[in-house]
Amino acid sequence: MIPQQLRRIAAIGTTLVFVLAACGGPAASPPAATSTNGGGTATPTTGAGQPTDAPAEPTAAPGEPTAAASEPTGDGDLNVVFIPKAVNNPYFDAAAEGAQRAADELGGDFTQIGPQNATPDEQIPYIQDATTQGYSAIVVSATGADEVAPALQAAMDAGISVVGYDSSPTSGAYDVFVNQTDFSLIGGALAEWACNLAPDCSGEIAILSATATASNQNAWIADMETALEDEQYANLELVETVFGNDDPQESTTQAQGLLQSYPDLRVIVAPTTVGILAAAQVVSQENSEVKVTGLGLPNDMRQFVENDVTPEFGLWSVPDLGYLAYHVAALLVSGDITGAPGETFTVEGLNDGQPYEIGEDSVVILGPPFTFNADNIGDFNF
Amino acid sequence: MAEAVGPRASRQPFLERVGTAVARYRELSLFIVMLILGAIVAFQAPQFISASNLTQVSTLAAIIAIAAAGQALVIITRNIDLSIESTIGLVAFVVADMLAKEVLDVPAAMTAGVGLGLLLGMGNGVLVAVFRIPAIVATLGTLSIYRGLAFLMAGGRQVTLTQLPDGYTDAARATFLGFPVFVLVAVAIIVTIGLAMRRTRIGRQVYAVGSNPEAATILGIRTGLVVFMAFAAAGLLAGVAGVMWGMYFGTINATAATGSVLQVVAACVVGGVAIFGGAGTVAGAGLGALFLGFIQNALIILRLSQFWLEAIFGGVILLAVAADGIILRRLRRSKSNRRV
Amino acid sequence: MSDYQSAPGSVAEPPAPDPSAPAGGGGSTRLLAAFARWEVLLLAVVVAFIWIGATVSPVFLAPGNFGNLVAAVMEVAIMSLPMALIIIVGEIDLSVESMAGLSAALLGFLFDAGVPLPVAVVACVLVGGLGGLFNGLLVTRAGLPSLVVTLGTLALYRGMALIILGPRGISGFPSEFTSFGFGRIPGTPIPWPFLIYLALAVVLGFVLHRTWIGRRLFAIGKNLGTAQYSGIRVQRIKLQLFVLSGTIAALAGVLLAARFASARADLAQGMTLTVVTIVLLGGVNIFGGRGTIVGVALAALALALLGNVLRLTNVSAEIQSIAVGGLLIVSVLVPNLGRWLGLAFARVRGAPPARAGPGA
Repeated sequence: MIPQQLRRIAAIGTTLVFVLAACGGPAASPPAATSTNGGGTATPTTGAGQPTDAPAEPTAAPGEPTAAASEPTGDGDLNVVFIPKAVNNPYFDAAAEGAQRAADELGGDFTQIGPQNATPDEQIPYIQDATTQGYSAIVVSATGADEVAPALQAAMDAGISVVGYDSSPTSGAYDVFVNQTDFSLIGGALAEWACNLAPDCSGEIAILSATATASNQNAWIADMETALEDEQYANLELVETVFGNDDPQESTTQAQGLLQSYPDLRVIVAPTTVGILAAAQVVSQENSEVKVTGLGLPNDMRQFVENDVTPEFGLWSVPDLGYLAYHVAALLVSGDITGAPGETFTVEGLNDGQPYEIGEDSVVILGPPFTFNADNIGDFNF
Repeated sequence: MAEAVGPRASRQPFLERVGTAVARYRELSLFIVMLILGAIVAFQAPQFISASNLTQVSTLAAIIAIAAAGQALVIITRNIDLSIESTIGLVAFVVADMLAKEVLDVPAAMTAGVGLGLLLGMGNGVLVAVFRIPAIVATLGTLSIYRGLAFLMAGGRQVTLTQLPDGYTDAARATFLGFPVFVLVAVAIIVTIGLAMRRTRIGRQVYAVGSNPEAATILGIRTGLVVFMAFAAAGLLAGVAGVMWGMYFGTINATAATGSVLQVVAACVVGGVAIFGGAGTVAGAGLGALFLGFIQNALIILRLSQFWLEAIFGGVILLAVAADGIILRRLRRSKSNRRV
Repeated sequence: MSDYQSAPGSVAEPPAPDPSAPAGGGGSTRLLAAFARWEVLLLAVVVAFIWIGATVSPVFLAPGNFGNLVAAVMEVAIMSLPMALIIIVGEIDLSVESMAGLSAALLGFLFDAGVPLPVAVVACVLVGGLGGLFNGLLVTRAGLPSLVVTLGTLALYRGMALIILGPRGISGFPSEFTSFGFGRIPGTPIPWPFLIYLALAVVLGFVLHRTWIGRRLFAIGKNLGTAQYSGIRVQRIKLQLFVLSGTIAALAGVLLAARFASARADLAQGMTLTVVTIVLLGGVNIFGGRGTIVGVALAALALALLGNVLRLTNVSAEIQSIAVGGLLIVSVLVPNLGRWLGLAFARVRGAPPARAGPGA
């Protein structure tokens, strides 16, 4: 019957589509979108297809479906997109609040997009598509430092400023990395809180982390282990590190497992806001004597400070992190800074008006970690 | 309980006979294995059989068991419901959200949650029974759709313990006469369904449809209706599981219960509910859930790295399937032996 | 599955004589049926997506964009080809994502231990073949249903990956390797792995649609008993298909590691669902016996386009997941409805109604 011809039509059709792709589309090509090269220029060995132009502003697309935020528009040159590890995480929402505030002050645009699950393969397409869309800056919290690097480098080659925040991409794959605090300070703080909460600063402690490959958590844990080697912590014994994958259920199950496997456990240290909440819930519900500390959001942890499960924990001002990251992006876009170590800049409202200095590896540090406890927990709302 | 018909016992190799016995009395063997396992682990780590640990294990297993009971009904009719995890997650979130926003009070919210599960299950039922879409395809589709709905409603938010009414999550840890309430609920549900399956006409029809759908139709059984009701029941039970899930975990976001379909189907398989339909019991599925929960817990207690869990899970599923396979071969061999 | 002809989902299923067109229809009905052929519909969908994309987003037609969206689905698309064959013979392989993960983990492990990369790659692909062999033996020799066997190996292989590599991520691969995974063919936006996909698609398409091997595959899927009695070595063919699937999945795992410049044990998580969706969307009947490679290729493209268009317009991922699920259901619903309409039509005309068969 007809099937053969139709099959041929379909086959030709498919080929046509790919030919279409290779030729760069029909005459109605969008303005200067050819500045994006996909991943072609990511590595020296492959020659790039098109020359890299300076990115022109793509015109506003007509009649879009109702979307969460607007397409990059031509008004103002400041169009920043935040791509967190995952979008259903209140931590990143808090940062987004700060970023939105900065955007309002500076008169720029702010969008936050990202995957549902914190995996690199889901984050990369968002980075690539953001590059295609031609934002002025991409601010990203990398799920996997190495995995996202080629996509970020492609973005930088396309003239987009890349700012890392919260979790750093590999060095070189960003213009500036806004670190919430000095990593080594976090490790030290974690050790200190564990010591404070363990009776006589002695006993078994365990770590409940996020995903096993998260660069930030792993750095903090490594620093904590180094800090624990200090004499004053000689009586603390780190018995195990488990991973909750930043998933409330998994974190709960792991926390329960810790309580069951180690009857003599004194403190659970969770350097992740999802993990600390889950652990504190479990401890509360089991009426256990174990204390929980780590990095948590004040709104989440308030009740556990009040019932003494988590008398002490810490974080930094997450909204300020977003705020600073946005400002840094703006400064890069306007060319006031290039991200080279040694440059300084000031952001009003932060750091008591003192200038920030870009350090080694183009890292900027927001400030020291902040300890929350019963005295100050009422002062915060994020 | 899968039955091997008239095996010729005389020349069977020993292992096969053991295998057959295990397969025949699946529920009992699971129980025995659990006892043995419990004894071994308790020897190494006594806290395994402590009241608090057993409570924890059985409570979480109870939630899975209820969902597995629903899944068992569907599998027995020779279908499958892959969307069950999305139903659980969606219900868990919706209930938690309604409580957090104080739209409904606790009993109303719980009822609404179960009702939502029923609705979602009926959706599956319509797709499979009315529109004749193969169950794998239909539930693969609704797996994505229902999960997408959960994400849409959540909008990136999560509901935390603080936002829930006081004491709501305590119900998950409540006990009655020493047994966790959740376990009692699960047992009650499973016993009820089990009796219904054995004693009522509709129950027998479910088995009939699963064993031989064409024959069932010829006999006048309304196959489509039976399948629809199986899916609806599965949805209802998933709704119940979703409500309990929320009570147990406290903090709920739109990714709740992701990945649990594997556990639920595994529970059914381990519990003797054969994937080719027409065999198995909800009690078996429930025991399967408990069994898997036990293994998970044992591994954690024994301080085996969490990275071993997945592999052992897989091994257990394969063993269970192999046991099923032995029955199948007995069945076929004895069928071919009976030259009627 | 295995020796049981009826698979789960039997309500929709009764095996029937295969009507490629409604019996008793006139010429116009045949033409209608021809245009309702799934591949043509898919092509229309693809074209529609491209048109929508070009309309709503000015950057959609940028060559870099096409390169990106193709690159993102390469591994899934590659795995969908053997999966199509497996489903056509009436089985299924759920373990592909874990095989890919195991392969990636093994690659990282070996590379980290100093094994030269080419040797490591070969080793990983061989391990994939072994994994497929294991699946295949359990299905063919032990006669176990492939759905649950591969469910078990889905967990088992992932577990093995985690045991081998643990939480580590191995990076530092040589740039030739990573640029193959991530880079583009010089002068074009086409990613290198596309060549592998193209080659595989052409070979498998040819085998499936033009050779006696392919006819046997369809025969097995359509009627197992008849195929067996005709002397087709069903078990051997199924075993070979499982080995193929495992090998290709392992290859996909290696490609993933190359594209990410990092080998981790949790790579490819969740991909099985996407692969099966692509195959089903491509018109392959879940009960076996029907399907085309072209359809599967178009389906992969359609899915990639959908994701891209939605991301470029900042539509949330939730809508995407709802859309994919809906698409899948519609893909089976429409042919069913079409057939019912055809039946009703034929009945109205007074022709004896054909016994309706399942799926497209």
